[in-house]
Amino acid sequence: MNTVILNEVRRGFYLDSVALMRFSRAIATMDGIEEAALMMASPSNRQIMADANLLNATSDDTEGGDLIIGIRAATQQAAEAALEEANQLLDQPRSSGGDSAEWRPKSIRAAVNADPDASLALISVAGDFAAAEARKALRKGLHVMMFSDNVSIADEVSLKHEARDLGLLVMGPDCGTAILNGTPLAFANKVTSGDIGLIGASGTGTQEISCLISQGGGGISQAIGVGGRDLKEEIGGITTLMALDALDQDANTRHIVVISKPPAPSVAKQVVERIAASQKSFTVCFIGADDWDLPQNAGFAPSLKSAAEHALGDTPLFADFDFAAVAKPGPAPRIRGLFSGGTLCAEAQTLFKAAGEAVASNAPIPGATDMAGGASAHALIDLGSDEYTQGRPHPMIDPGVRDAALSDALKDKEIGIVLVDVVIGYGAHEDPAGHLIESLGNMHQGDTLIIASVTGTDQDPQGRKAQISKLESAGILVAPSNADAARLALTCLQQNG
Amino acid sequence: MEKIEKANQEALERMLAADPVLVDVVPASVAIPALKDRMILHAGPPIEWADMCGPMQGAIMGIAVFEGWADDLQDAARQAAAGAFEFHPNHHFDAVGPMTGMTTVSQPLMVVENKTYNNRAYCALNEGLGKVMRFGGNDAEVLARLAWLRDDFGPAVGKALRSGDGIPLKHLIARGLSMGDEMHQRNVACSGLLLRELAPALARTSNDNEALATALAFIGGNDQFFLNVAMAMGKSIMDPVRNIEGSSVVTAMCRNGTEFGIRVSGTGDTWFTAPVEMPEGLYFPGFTEEDANPDMGDSTIVETIGLGGFAMGASPAVAGFVGAGAASEAGNFTRTMSEIATGENPEWTIPAMDYLGVPTGIDIRLVLETGLAPTINTGIAHKEPGVGQVGAGVVRAPMKCFEKALLAFAESVGVK
Repeated sequence: MNTVILNEVRRGFYLDSVALMRFSRAIATMDGIEEAALMMASPSNRQIMADANLLNATSDDTEGGDLIIGIRAATQQAAEAALEEANQLLDQPRSSGGDSAEWRPKSIRAAVNADPDASLALISVAGDFAAAEARKALRKGLHVMMFSDNVSIADEVSLKHEARDLGLLVMGPDCGTAILNGTPLAFANKVTSGDIGLIGASGTGTQEISCLISQGGGGISQAIGVGGRDLKEEIGGITTLMALDALDQDANTRHIVVISKPPAPSVAKQVVERIAASQKSFTVCFIGADDWDLPQNAGFAPSLKSAAEHALGDTPLFADFDFAAVAKPGPAPRIRGLFSGGTLCAEAQTLFKAAGEAVASNAPIPGATDMAGGASAHALIDLGSDEYTQGRPHPMIDPGVRDAALSDALKDKEIGIVLVDVVIGYGAHEDPAGHLIESLGNMHQGDTLIIASVTGTDQDPQGRKAQISKLESAGILVAPSNADAARLALTCLQQNG
Repeated sequence: MEKIEKANQEALERMLAADPVLVDVVPASVAIPALKDRMILHAGPPIEWADMCGPMQGAIMGIAVFEGWADDLQDAARQAAAGAFEFHPNHHFDAVGPMTGMTTVSQPLMVVENKTYNNRAYCALNEGLGKVMRFGGNDAEVLARLAWLRDDFGPAVGKALRSGDGIPLKHLIARGLSMGDEMHQRNVACSGLLLRELAPALARTSNDNEALATALAFIGGNDQFFLNVAMAMGKSIMDPVRNIEGSSVVTAMCRNGTEFGIRVSGTGDTWFTAPVEMPEGLYFPGFTEEDANPDMGDSTIVETIGLGGFAMGASPAVAGFVGAGAASEAGNFTRTMSEIATGENPEWTIPAMDYLGVPTGIDIRLVLETGLAPTINTGIAHKEPGVGQVGAGVVRAPMKCFEKALLAFAESVGVK
């Protein structure tokens, strides 16, 4: 029997038993070690070590204030290696605790206790749970931004009524974008600061307009999201009206842009009355409507691009983009639109309709058909719509959601042109253009044209210029805005004859 | 909602208003008149012989022999299986006990009186380390020690305590927290402070130097002596918090080695039980998880009052049990427990956390809402009776207890 028992004693050396137990475990698992322990030499500990057959004569003369290192190994070599390791563990400089994991609260209650100055809660849990969390936040006196969708209308009504009574904003549900006091929240872009305020009933509309205003030399004071359903009759525009009050009173806001699908008539009436009562000037963009009856201090814009141009004082944007030069003939008669942004999809539908083209969509504007009735129309699809995001991330977070639809479109012989949006900024994928190109690489593109625009700015993490370059190098036709991309697609269609 | 908030505030106030004082040591038959021969009180929620773990059965066999109800251990086991003894939780008789928690008529029990509400709670004296009955030990050595506790040490401490006004405990706890104790796994500071309080009275009431020396050495040599005092104190603090209508605060947590049980103020004496979990910890040389007994003991009364795992920020060394836990992360455990507590205790504060008060008043609603179960620092017994402690670690209260409790609680306040 070659078992070796090796002991070393450190006189008058103290270390807490838990630390010693952890060192013991580290030594005991070394090669050739049968058992090992580091323990303070109290009578009961010595008994434990003796019972484990770890002691030899070296430790006979020890007292409570001494540390015993006891090692039992198959070979002398293994025992000595373990002893050296034990000594290193005992002598190593302690880390200063600088890399200890920071405590993160797990509840709104604990978060507010830890930071009583917080004024906003951004909620993005699954829809089933979002309303309960929003309620907790409101009752702690926080404004709420609800990125979550799949929240019931009844919950939205109840939350907004409670919030209004408390003087708090509920931005959402299904609110993708806000920029408050210069801070981009959820999906938002780094835009120039300025005197134009935005109130948006959905995210990509706010994103596109804020970026176009920024590119056009203007700036944003605040961008308040209100959620996709705020202007429905059941909700009554509660958040929109509160946002109008807030921006009307904001000294840094000179002009206000309102972006939404066309509201329910009763709600539109209240919004228009509120606009009329203000001294400031307004741009109203109800996407899908051709026109709207507005007071003198407000102008109607049918598209996101025209809204930005109006807000900038009727300044045309990208007037020198040469459609004819960039366009190529589309090889087949139909256009398929695959959008991650709902409002970007709506804007494209608006422009197609204005050009007299038949349009179908899963989120149709007035005058477009739904997917069932649109066999011969151009299908423009909102991939961020609720039916695509049940239990899945939004396509702006996970561009892979678009891949299957893109592959199908490329295989369809009737489709000659595919129209996509590429949205960058905070919250978006780190390289949407790169992902699109990589996915295309695994598909057979054939003659199909791919047309894109990049919603974002050069100050965004991904960099707008860089994203455009990448797309162009892969043979994708790039237009300077979503509206222009739709127009470019139509131009390509017409070139086909 | 408001009714529950108010009820929980009431519960918290009662906890903070407590004034626990260690006043005496008396035989169990004197402390608990309802305790009779052949009645054996154990730790944890109710349990039958057939379901008990090895150490618990070992302890019962031992105590039956000790009290003279059985000729030997085998006879004791036979009788137990045949139903010759009545088994009850300590909690049903104003008592608590660590690990197996044996309480029978002749055991000397420490008496802690909560002067604010005039209620009393009891716990046996801590036997020391190694082969002891609380780990299921039942041989001659164990019984001899119990006899010494009953005949010599217990009466001596009782006499010493009666000679004065008793030892107020809240202040002792506060000092211990600032010295590295958390009162479940770390009691060395409070044990030392207690000895300072007791020694003069022990000396003054003793006429036998040798016995005095033995008694002082017994306390002085046991780092965990104070655990049993803390436990009785915990029960004395929580008992007046029972039966507040509409309160979702936990009034007791305990384990019998098979099941974990909790009680909630608004649902009275109902036990909500679930299988105990296995501790995650470190083992003494020669032992591994294979040897571990499932979680056991009434000592979780200590977490119920905001100490133990809840006060880990005061005792950074203990954080080392969990995973790669750095001592500097100990405060995170306390902060996490704050998420499930009604408030904090302004008298029991943790200096290293800028004098944050220990999280107090576990709210079952918050436990379920956050998914965070109470964190408990515990010793680990060998699964064979009588071997003793084999390690120590961290264990969580089972979430199922809180789920059951919430359903019953909801019914009690009229919520579907």
